[in-house]
Amino acid sequence: MAKIPRVPVREQAAQERIKNFEEVSYGYNAEEAVLEAHRCIQCKNPRCVQACPVQIKIPEFISAVKNKDFAQAADIIAEDSSLPAICGRVCPQESQCEGSCVLGVKGEPVNIGKLERFVADWGRKENYYNPTKVPTNGFKVAVIGSGPAGLACATDLAKLGYQVKIFEALHLPGGVLEYGIPEFRLPKEEVVRYEINNVIKLGVEIETNVIVGRTITIDDLLDKEGYHAIFLGSGAGLPKFMNIPGENLNGVVSANEFLTRSNLMKAFDSEYDTPIYVGKRVAVVGGGNVAMDAARVARRLGAEVYLVYRRSEKELPARVEEVHHAKEEGIIFKLLNNPVEILGNEKGWVTGMRCVEMGLGEPDESGRRRPIPIKGSEFDIDCDVVIMSLGTSPNPLIASTTPNLNTEKWGGIIIDENTSQTSREGVFAGGDNVTGAATVILAMGAGRKAAEQIDVFIKNKFGKK
Amino acid sequence: MYKIVKKRPLAEQIFLMDIEAPRVAKSAQPGQFVILRVRDKGERIPLTICDYDREKGTVTIVTQCIGVSTHLICEHNEGDYILDFAGPLGQASELIHATDEELANKKILFVGGGVGAAPVYPQVKYLSNRGFKPDVIIGAKSKNYVILEEEMRAVSNNYYITTDDGSYGFKGMVTDKLKELVEKENKKYDLVVTIGPMIMMKFVSLLTKEYGIPTVASLNTLMVDGTGMCGACRVSIGGQTKFTCVDGPEFDAHLVDFDEAMRRQNMYRTIEGQKREELEKNHKCKIGR
Ligand SMILES: Cc1cc2nc3c(=O)[nH]c(=O)nc-3n(C[C@H](O)[C@H](O)[C@H](O)COP(=O)(O)OP(=O)(O)OC[C@H]3O[C@@H](n4cnc5c(N)ncnc54)[C@H](O)[C@@H]3O)c2cc1C
Ligand code: FES
Repeated sequence: MAKIPRVPVREQAAQERIKNFEEVSYGYNAEEAVLEAHRCIQCKNPRCVQACPVQIKIPEFISAVKNKDFAQAADIIAEDSSLPAICGRVCPQESQCEGSCVLGVKGEPVNIGKLERFVADWGRKENYYNPTKVPTNGFKVAVIGSGPAGLACATDLAKLGYQVKIFEALHLPGGVLEYGIPEFRLPKEEVVRYEINNVIKLGVEIETNVIVGRTITIDDLLDKEGYHAIFLGSGAGLPKFMNIPGENLNGVVSANEFLTRSNLMKAFDSEYDTPIYVGKRVAVVGGGNVAMDAARVARRLGAEVYLVYRRSEKELPARVEEVHHAKEEGIIFKLLNNPVEILGNEKGWVTGMRCVEMGLGEPDESGRRRPIPIKGSEFDIDCDVVIMSLGTSPNPLIASTTPNLNTEKWGGIIIDENTSQTSREGVFAGGDNVTGAATVILAMGAGRKAAEQIDVFIKNKFGKK
Repeated sequence: MYKIVKKRPLAEQIFLMDIEAPRVAKSAQPGQFVILRVRDKGERIPLTICDYDREKGTVTIVTQCIGVSTHLICEHNEGDYILDFAGPLGQASELIHATDEELANKKILFVGGGVGAAPVYPQVKYLSNRGFKPDVIIGAKSKNYVILEEEMRAVSNNYYITTDDGSYGFKGMVTDKLKELVEKENKKYDLVVTIGPMIMMKFVSLLTKEYGIPTVASLNTLMVDGTGMCGACRVSIGGQTKFTCVDGPEFDAHLVDFDEAMRRQNMYRTIEGQKREELEKNHKCKIGR
């Protein structure tokens, strides 16, 4: 059976899609999914499951797809993942499940990501899930942040009967799923809103416009509002800058600002009031998913786009599929280049970016070869917008307003690995605020684990009601 | 949804509104701001808190219809709802951390301009409630634009109005009045707090630097989220980049790079201008008539 070649995924043509914000990949239809499912050789000791951060029973769900029993496939995935339509679209499969698929040793791995997406999309279109409220057990849990970590934690707790309320700082729930990842990779109305509605159907309340640490404190929630436990899923939203000359010129923005304007505030649509400045030539600095997203949004808004990254292609942290799509869309990759200064005119607007070429030295702590500037190799890129995408760190707002909540120097909230509990009793945490910017699946996994531990904690401390 | 429980015109194109937002009212402190969004397609607009009533659960804001979005706010009436109202954001004024003894030994002058008089008010009121009425200078274009006069008189020690055209109070700029107070009347101030247009704060700051009076300015930069997530609000303070929404909005005025701040404030101006023209074309504006 392994002779069947990997079933190609239908996509919007690059020339077309750079003119719109509709989804790039159409995903598999039933026929294609079943065919691709036939490629799985059903390993006895499936390495893909080991490589999945939440250990989805991959061969089992694929076997169900092969048998055209999509409902069963959906049930199997649901045992381990609460956001499959999202993860199927945005997980870095090549370094997780698909990266360890045995078929990949000699040929191409099974397209596990697209199969997962197919099953989840099938479930949504067929209205297969109809979550309902379970009777309450009388205990209240507050979840801070409505990104994947918070949503997953809230879902599991609600299913156990907890009264859960999510507090979200922004006006819309979803975290990075809403404000960061663009529509053409993750449709908002169809996928994100649907998942969030399912969480609400379970009885979870979402209160937006509440900035914990400002509007209300963790201690208020515990002491005055009567919550029995709290989960912090506040993400890592604080953008980094390079601290090079010219960074405050007009035309320099963080990728977070650029993407928030475009995704959350829908600035790409002229009916919305929020402005966005794209310019004619954009230089995006960075090589992660965020950088790819910013570059591709800028491209869709009509700019010529350069992606400047200080290491080589091999080290690009972005998903392989995104790099591939970005290239197809005409993003110009300037690899092994690093900005040293942003140039501006007398009015304070960006006119270019001075870069230096980099060589690769010995591997550093991360195991990747350290980039070293090559003396005298400076050159200028003409551009009128620079988008900085250098990573993010946890926002200190909660830590700085919650006494005795311990954090790492870089801002990460410290938790006990086994219990997910922070240094404060009854306060748990997980996702990007603990690990630093990572992935949707890891955040979701952390949220689910914390839910389990919160259940244990509340039962131990307060007994049964 | 957040209900507008009161709306009152303060001057031409300037309105005061009390918004029902119990959580914000409970935590608000002088110096902080809110971010609101009027309608689904609207932008997030930062506005400094002008007053709050913890009992009634209301927060007072003052807006001047100048942009697309402020126009939209002003079009709303008592009983209408605002879609989103988040806050309080930013750091509270340093003054709330001062002891009574410290305040007793400090001669404070507030200098506000335009709608900047509104955010000056809660701080002056706060000090007055603690028994230390400060001096206040408020500058306006002309008599018609003087706002909150009675309220401000009630809580300040000396209250001076300046108008550009001399139609009311002292004729001239707030800096002219400040000069007069310090140089002619020999007033000694230990702290100046200035809130208003960037350009006014810049000149107040230049002057107080000459006099060696420590000065605090409340910066009204561009913002998107207001929680430290985007960096749209970044400013240079003593050569260091800070985020106005979380590190501010108040900063040591003598360290602020006002020229950069003003330039950054205008980054989207042309785009805003275009959108506004479109809006005005499609939609007859009823304000100010
Ligand atoms: C542009 C972009 C593209 C990405 N692409 C991918 C990808 O392709 N694949 C992948 O796996 N991962 C990707 N990631 C990373 C992934 O999105 C994150 O790892 C994941 O969302 C983290 O989830 P979280 O729940 O921990 O935090 P978040 O999603 O960041 O959610 C945190 C939420 O908490 C809220 N919050 C923060 N502070 C407070 C407070 N004080 N009070 C109330 N609410 C608060 C925030 O507003 C936010 O809504 C991407 C990230 C970005 C920015
Ligand atoms: S407004 Fe976004 S960081 Fe300050």
